[in-house]
Amino acid sequence: MRAPNAFATAIFLSLLAAAAPAKAQTPLTEGIQIGLSTDNVAITAGFSGADLTIFGSLENPDPLVARQGRYDVIVVLEGPPKPVVVRRKDRVLGVWVNLDSETFENVPMSYSVATTRPLQDITEPNSYKQLSLGASNLYMQPADAGDSPATIEEFTAALRERKSATGLYSENVGGVQFLSQNLFRATVRLAPNVPVGTHKARAFLFKSGLFIKESSAQLEIRKSGFEQSIFRVAHNYSFLYGIFAISLAMLTGWLGRVIFRKD
Amino acid sequence: MGIYLPIAEISVNVFVLLAMGAAVGFLSGMFGVGGGFLITPLLIFYNIPPAIAVATGANQVIASSVSGVLSHMKRGTLDFKLGGVLLAGGIVGSTGGIYVFAFLRRLGQLDLFISLLYVVLLGTVGGLMLVESVNALRATRSGAAPVLKKSGQHNWIHRLPLKMRFRASKLFVSVIPVLGLGAGIGFLSSIMGVGGGFIMVPALIYLLKVPTNVVIGTSLFQIIFTSAYTTLVHATTNQTVDVVLAFLLMAGGVAGAQYGAKAGQRLRGEQLRALLALLVLAVAIRLAIDLFVTPPNLYSLSALDLN
Repeated sequence: MRAPNAFATAIFLSLLAAAAPAKAQTPLTEGIQIGLSTDNVAITAGFSGADLTIFGSLENPDPLVARQGRYDVIVVLEGPPKPVVVRRKDRVLGVWVNLDSETFENVPMSYSVATTRPLQDITEPNSYKQLSLGASNLYMQPADAGDSPATIEEFTAALRERKSATGLYSENVGGVQFLSQNLFRATVRLAPNVPVGTHKARAFLFKSGLFIKESSAQLEIRKSGFEQSIFRVAHNYSFLYGIFAISLAMLTGWLGRVIFRKD
Repeated sequence: MGIYLPIAEISVNVFVLLAMGAAVGFLSGMFGVGGGFLITPLLIFYNIPPAIAVATGANQVIASSVSGVLSHMKRGTLDFKLGGVLLAGGIVGSTGGIYVFAFLRRLGQLDLFISLLYVVLLGTVGGLMLVESVNALRATRSGAAPVLKKSGQHNWIHRLPLKMRFRASKLFVSVIPVLGLGAGIGFLSSIMGVGGGFIMVPALIYLLKVPTNVVIGTSLFQIIFTSAYTTLVHATTNQTVDVVLAFLLMAGGVAGAQYGAKAGQRLRGEQLRALLALLVLAVAIRLAIDLFVTPPNLYSLSALDLN
C-alpha cells in the first residue's frame, strides 16, 4: 500500500552554523532548524500513503559531542487537532453494544514520529511527559475531567492503540539520520488515510539526554484537483451535489441498459 | 490500481469495487432486486465508514433500478399508479428515517442499529421466502400446479376503507396499506441504504396480492425515486454520498445486471426465489455472527460533531 517517496519534500537549509565566527570564546548554545521547501502537500487520486522527507540542521553543534553521537533529534509531524469520542463495546444480552464513551479534546488526528534512536534510549520518560512528546506520552485532554482517573487512563490507552493500529500514529526509529555534523534528514510516514488540514512539523534536539531546543514549521496537506473539487462541492453546494449524484446514477443506469442489453 | 475516495477519505482498489458492483449487479439483475442489501454490508466489510456506505449504497441503487425499469417498461410490466402511491408513502418514511439516522449517529449506536435491522429483516424475509419456495418446489415435483394467487381469497387488508383501483395490477384495494408499505420501505431505505426491493417484492405479492409479473417493475420504479430522495437528503444533511465510490459500483453493477437478468430467465420462479432466500439468509447470518462474536477491537473512535 505504501508508495515510498511518492513525493519527497525537498528542502531549505540553514547553514548559519558554518558562518559562525571561529574566534568566539564561549561555546554558543546549540539550536535546531527545519525548513520545508513547500508548505503544502497535495493528495491526488492515486494516494496510498507516502514518506515525507524533512531536512534540517543543528546550529553551533559541539564537534566533540557530535562525534560521540550524543546529539539526538526527534521529528514529529502532527495532524490538525480535533475532538474525538472513544467508545467501548460491552456485551448486552449477548450482543456487543457501544456503552461507555469518553470524549477527548484537541487530539492530533495523526502523529508521525521519526527518531535517531529508540525513544527510551534518548531521554527519561519524565522529560517526554513534560514535552508531551511521542504517541505514548502525548497528553490527551478529557472533555469531562470529572471521570475517574482509571477510566480516563483506559480510554486514553485505547485511543492511542486505535490510532496506531490505523497507521495514523506511527514511530520510525532510525528515521532521522545525520548526513554530516550538522545536517540531518528525517523521514516521517504519511498514512493512506492521513487527515487533510494544517500539520505541524516539530523537531526536538537532545544533547546527552537533555532537551535543548525545539523548532517547528507548518505544512498544509490538502486534496488536490479532482478530489478537492468534489469534496468542496459536496460540502458547499450539497443540494446541487445530490442532484448531480442522482443524475449520474440515472445516466449510468440508462447507458448500462443501452450498452449491455441482453433481451 | 488504487484510487482515493474524496468523501470516504481513504484509498481503495478500483478493481475490487468494480468486481463488487458487477457481482451484486449480476445477482440483482437475476432476482430483480436493487442489490442495496448486498452492497452496503459489502462496503462496510471493506472498511468504508457505515454512514458513507449507506448513503452511497442508496445512490448506487438508483442506477441498477433505472436499468431494470427500462426493460420492464418495454415489456409493459409496470403499474405507474401503484408505484406513485407507494412513492408518496416512501417520501414520508424516508424523511423520518434521515432524522433517526442522524440521531443514532450522534448517540454512537448507528452501526449497531444498522446491523440489527439487517439481521432481523433479512433473516425474516429470507426465512419466509425459503419456506414458501421450498414448498412450491415440492408441489411442482409432486405434479400439482403452482398456485400463487387464488382469486376470491381475501385477507384483513382487503377490508380496509379508502379503496382505489389499480388497473395494471388488476387490483382494488385500500390505499392505507399501500401508503404504509411505501413509508416503511422509505424509512429502511434511508437507514439501511437499501432500495427495499427484498421487502417490497414479497410484501406486494403476499400481502397485496399483486400479480408477480407486475411486482418487480413497479417495485423498481418506486425504488428509483425513494433512493433518489434518500440520496439527496443524505447529501444535504450528512454530506456522506461519495460519487466516485458510487460510480465505480454502478459501472460494474449495470453491466452485471443485464447478464444477471438473462441468466435469471433460464431459472423457474420458485427456483429463483429459493436461491434469493438463501442469499438473503447468508448475509443475515454473516451480520449476526458479527453481533455476537467478540469483536477484535472493543474500542472505536469517531469524530465529534460539534453541532
